[in-house]
Amino acid sequence: MTTSISRNVLILSLLSAAMLTGCSGSENEDKTQKPMFEIDKDPYPSTYHPVPGEATVITNVTILDGIGGKIDNGSVYFSDGKIVALGESVDIPDGATVIDGQGKWVTPGIIDTHSHLGVYPSPSVQSHSDGNEMTKPVTAEVHAEHAIWPHDPGFQRALAGGVTAMQILPGSANLFGGRTVTLKNVPDRTMQDMKFPGAPYGIKMACGENPKRVYGSKGGPMTRMGNVAGYRQAWSDAQNYQRSWEQYYADYEAGKDPKVPKRDLKLETLVGVLEGEIIVHMHCYRADEMTVMMDVMQEFNYQIGSFHHAIESYKIADKLAENNVCSSMWADWWGFKMEAYDTVKENIPMVHAAGACAVVHSDSDLGIQRLNQEAAKAWSDGIRAGIDISQAEAWQWLSANPAKSLGIFEQTGSLESGKYADLVLWSGDPFSTYTQAERVYIDGGLIYDRANPAGWPVSDFELGQVGEGDAK
Amino acid sequence: MNKKILAIGAMLLSSIAAAQQTAIVGGTVHTMGPMGTVENGAVLINDGKIVSVVSADAVPSSYTQVNATGKIVTPGLFGALTSLGLVEVGMSAGSVDSSVVHGEERENPVSSVGAALDVQYGFNPDSTLIPISRVEGVTAAATGISYGDYMFNGQGAVASLSGEFDSLIRANAFMHVDVSSNVSDSHGGSRAALWVAIEQSFAEAASIRQVTGFAAYMPRMEWHGMTTRPDAEALLHVLNGKMPLLFTADRAADIMQVVAFKKRNPTVDVVLVNAVEGWRVAEALAEARIPVILNPENNLPGGFDQIGATLTNAARLHQAGVQVSIGMETHNIRLATQHAGNAVANGLPWQAGLASLTINPARIYGVDELLGSLEPGKQADVVIWSGDPLEVTSHAEAVFIEGEQMSTDTRQHKLRDRYMNLNSDKPMTHVRP
Repeated sequence: MTTSISRNVLILSLLSAAMLTGCSGSENEDKTQKPMFEIDKDPYPSTYHPVPGEATVITNVTILDGIGGKIDNGSVYFSDGKIVALGESVDIPDGATVIDGQGKWVTPGIIDTHSHLGVYPSPSVQSHSDGNEMTKPVTAEVHAEHAIWPHDPGFQRALAGGVTAMQILPGSANLFGGRTVTLKNVPDRTMQDMKFPGAPYGIKMACGENPKRVYGSKGGPMTRMGNVAGYRQAWSDAQNYQRSWEQYYADYEAGKDPKVPKRDLKLETLVGVLEGEIIVHMHCYRADEMTVMMDVMQEFNYQIGSFHHAIESYKIADKLAENNVCSSMWADWWGFKMEAYDTVKENIPMVHAAGACAVVHSDSDLGIQRLNQEAAKAWSDGIRAGIDISQAEAWQWLSANPAKSLGIFEQTGSLESGKYADLVLWSGDPFSTYTQAERVYIDGGLIYDRANPAGWPVSDFELGQVGEGDAK
Repeated sequence: MNKKILAIGAMLLSSIAAAQQTAIVGGTVHTMGPMGTVENGAVLINDGKIVSVVSADAVPSSYTQVNATGKIVTPGLFGALTSLGLVEVGMSAGSVDSSVVHGEERENPVSSVGAALDVQYGFNPDSTLIPISRVEGVTAAATGISYGDYMFNGQGAVASLSGEFDSLIRANAFMHVDVSSNVSDSHGGSRAALWVAIEQSFAEAASIRQVTGFAAYMPRMEWHGMTTRPDAEALLHVLNGKMPLLFTADRAADIMQVVAFKKRNPTVDVVLVNAVEGWRVAEALAEARIPVILNPENNLPGGFDQIGATLTNAARLHQAGVQVSIGMETHNIRLATQHAGNAVANGLPWQAGLASLTINPARIYGVDELLGSLEPGKQADVVIWSGDPLEVTSHAEAVFIEGEQMSTDTRQHKLRDRYMNLNSDKPMTHVRP
């Protein structure tokens, strides 16, 4: 992001310099410079507005702060959309709503790094299949946000599971599948109404079986060799493209009036990665492939934010830690293809124990509804295998680490004073099958209240159909 | 049918090897039988069979004791509908016996509608899925074809997860047909074609009732059916009530068609699978005594068949008196406990949750004389749990099949143990956990 800001500042200063030059009106210049061409990096801006909330204190409650801390019988106070204070006790301001949290737990809202809600919505009919641009192996130019159907009932279901934000990705058919987008789980009329303000874009990449299966008989790649050649050529093309723009800016700065390079939306996304503005999210199962990809990352000097699925991260957890790459993982899915054959149920705690960043993800419209249970299974399996992790530490897999891998940890992902009040009040210990999200707050607004069926959100699609407003 | 109960005799033989008296002592024993729950109980096992469930202080001295104090003891779990033993890796990894496609037209297909297909020939007890499921408490499962482009998904089997070559408890244990939109797509895209084809298939099966004996199988016998002769033979067993007919259906109107089929064919033992909108017609299902196998977590309208999807489906069906079974997975049949737990979290009584994993599916397949509860004379498939088995944080600590404690080794455990320490000075291939 810093690169982006400095570039924008540079552009502005160049523009004003050009305008000043123009105003000074030096008569003997043949021509003034044309305005410098500027790329709008946020052409689909967020129109998100938080649901109004009220100053609220939840008392007598067990708190997991999401960064490793646990407070028994504590209180959390939030107001004006932000966490104000939490601790064993907090001052209850006049007029605040007080909720007795006896026997209940509070955690940060769950953030899913891997969802296809809206791009592969329910009903999952052919007309709704908008997640994979399976026309060529490199489609870095497409954006998931351009295909998100906000009326996917899956958003409401995820809300009832305590999910407050999520990354929506294109599918994994392509080497470069397109840009991802991070949403607040507040479905409304449009994608822009849900878009997480200030969240960076991601790019979906994919290793392994999917690209070679899809393109093996459509011009390639048909092997893992071809996959890697495809990434390398694309990065190399992106470097070339980046140089053409750098040349343009340099020439402009030198007072010339250079020709504006032809925009290439595909390479523009890749340059965004090389410049640190766009985060790489890479579908990759096998340890050997992830290791190759970290070498490609070094070769072209970019950063992978997270491997996704990462079935074999436990085999290279040390290398993942060294390279600062997160792993977004399931607790126990396995066996649906060869690259998913080596699952171990302790993958998540093993990655965590090696000091690498572990994330619990769903990639499923059902799994997203109970990510707390996925973390609970992994936590419990880890303990049984001798990996001693506290529940408080383990909650990092659900909120803080996903927020970090999406570039939104400054705003959300933990209960810390000044952060967005994205939090869940659970009916009990959220590491139990029987526990349910009772209240979900996003930016301090009560967006889901299990005790108030009349207030449950209902998508356009479900309106006027069988079971409208039913317990879902 | 008797000739097709393959393994019971064989199992009696094999259990001689385990001819010892074992008592699992001190746990909370959920028998799932008439004894209900016995606190501080003991499960007495002799020659691979349950002798009785008694108080922990009433264990005869001849029994070797296994301590289960503070634990939960249940029957082994029964995978209600899986493809265990028929698939190792589903995609792009060689033959998958749970998937049958008929490909190009052939001159003399053995089956035209799929009813003749029979998985008993494809079951592989060496599949890694079997120990991986077994260590999580699954000791037996119904296994069948999960994908095919025939109308019927053929005949499934009931198998023990012992890993032995005599694993099949019952071949020809069920017939399966999908009457949801999934399959009507392959039948002219319309139920108007599908149901007529089903009716015709059974009419042809009924027509051979009179023609039995060796002559029926003579190739020179004329046969002009839509079905093949083996299809009709298989469907005749269904008509005669010798194997249950599983209907996959989700939308309420389709389920009512299944109920109507049952009324037309009262001798057929009908079971409903999936039943996402089952709760809407729960009374009719209860009245027709049609049990249901479902995934209680299906709460999204995946298509127009599932508009009424809700997490309360299992609870509402149970409330109306429908017998609910849970456990429709293959690689992750071990997650059936979590599925049942979520049904309980949404209103299903806990005991019904455990029944959905044990006695209820055993009843569906007519093997409840042998499996599904801890009752005298039944096969001693028993699990000792660290805590409530429906809790995601609980584990199966010990698993017994026919009274024999099963190994805890699995390929997944070995992979875990190999990589638990990444600082090996030898290549990892030399690390043998």
